[in-house]
Amino acid sequence: MIPVTSARSLSEAYAILHQRPRGLRVLAGGTDLMVAVNARAGLDRIGHVLDIWKVPELRGISGAGGSLRIGALTTYTELMRSREIATHLPALALVSREVGAWAIQNRGTIGGNVCNASPAGDTLPLLLAAEATFLLGGPRGERTVAAHEFFVGYRKTALGADELLLRVDIPLIEKSHLVYRKVGTRKAQSISRTIVAVRKLAPRDVRIAAGCVAPIPLRCRNAEKAVAAGGDVRAALEQDITPIDDVRATAVYRSRVTGNVLLRLLG
Amino acid sequence: MKLTVNGVPRSFEAPPLKRLLDVLREDLGLTGTKEGCGEGECGACSVLIDGELVNSCLVAVCQADGCSVLTVEGVARNGDLAPVQKCFLDRGGAQCGICTPGMIVAAHRFLECGLPATNENVREAIAGNLCRCTGYAKIVEAIQLAAGQRS
Ligand SMILES: Cc1cc2nc3c(=O)[nH]c(=O)nc-3n(C[C@H](O)[C@H](O)[C@H](O)COP(=O)(O)OP(=O)(O)OC[C@H]3O[C@@H](n4cnc5c(N)ncnc54)[C@H](O)[C@@H]3O)c2cc1C
Ligand code: FES
Ligand code: FES
Repeated sequence: MIPVTSARSLSEAYAILHQRPRGLRVLAGGTDLMVAVNARAGLDRIGHVLDIWKVPELRGISGAGGSLRIGALTTYTELMRSREIATHLPALALVSREVGAWAIQNRGTIGGNVCNASPAGDTLPLLLAAEATFLLGGPRGERTVAAHEFFVGYRKTALGADELLLRVDIPLIEKSHLVYRKVGTRKAQSISRTIVAVRKLAPRDVRIAAGCVAPIPLRCRNAEKAVAAGGDVRAALEQDITPIDDVRATAVYRSRVTGNVLLRLLG
Repeated sequence: MKLTVNGVPRSFEAPPLKRLLDVLREDLGLTGTKEGCGEGECGACSVLIDGELVNSCLVAVCQADGCSVLTVEGVARNGDLAPVQKCFLDRGGAQCGICTPGMIVAAHRFLECGLPATNENVREAIAGNLCRCTGYAKIVEAIQLAAGQRS
């Protein structure tokens, strides 16, 4: 039987992290982790589970002081219902409504989406385009990592073995505008085939990111430069992305559709 | 561990990562909640925790400790079918029945939240509940009928 610690505070969670039990896995909403546990996938690698679902410090959204601060345990339902999100970053509420369906939205968290680090994680292109930073914390202290530095390889992150993601911070920029488009197989409960997000600061000053087109959720800097220079954006995007064939779409389809979606979002 | 299930306090011993679904069926004898996929895709295992819809196959029971759970058995009132259940019968919203307990719980939650029962809203509310038999139209009609009776 895998031992579980259900922490009721951040200090209780840090006490476990400090001991560094072998094979420690963090459990938030469980909508990724429990699927793996039920399928008995990688169970032998799980030595201890740290359940953080009831850690109050990791909840809540605030929009004070020039940035939007979103606790790691914030669920999709909470993002959809939040007045702060509706005011400052409505795209994040809209994308939450496209994640799974009600039951998934009630349990799945933004922190779980970030730490699971799937190239198809729906919030990730939005967070990259919005130049979010992630606040990580553990018994050794806290540090901030930029979203584009957090995803280091296929489902690999910069998170240390004794660290939690505490919060997602998004700089609020006057008059900027975040838009995205998810292309899935059907409206609800479908994993993306491709997803593109664009933050527009000025007509030629944009931040672009995409999902499902590389081993990691990707900031598309070549495409950004092409927009700034008035160049061929589609050709530049091809240099950013490295899509693959899989059960949900072919590489050729992904690169065509991602280009089309990007051009449409740029307007 | 402790749960209040359909209004009744229950205590039991279970491994902390045991699925709420299995605790309900095996430890508490409530077999109305069904397993379809075991991976969050089908909604057959839908229950409410503290009023919110969840897939009980994805909830480790330790995360529900101390919470209130509503299962399909608790939707019925004193052994009588709830209005929404009668509407499913009336409109033929159940065929093989595997999806029905989850559908009823999702429908119950939708009716509680008071959104207008438009086709779009109802379909969004049950988007996580798959049915291989009915083609959904009769389920949507049944929920709309129940919503009409409430107002
Ligand atoms: C039916 C279904 C549909 C889905 N649809 C979508 C979809 O449309 N789009 C999409 O993007 N995703 C989808 N998902 C995936 C999943 O719901 C999301 O990725 C969700 O955000 C995960 O959050 P969670 O809290 O449930 O994560 P968990 O399963 O609890 O954790 C996921 C991973 O992150 C780690 N982790 C979680 N929180 C922290 C933290 N604070 N600090 C450190 N590590 C942490 C865990 O150790 C684990 O490795 C779907 C899943 C299911 C089952
Ligand atoms: S059995 Fe839980 S969603 Fe299918
Ligand atoms: S009635 Fe058979 S799956 Fe819905």
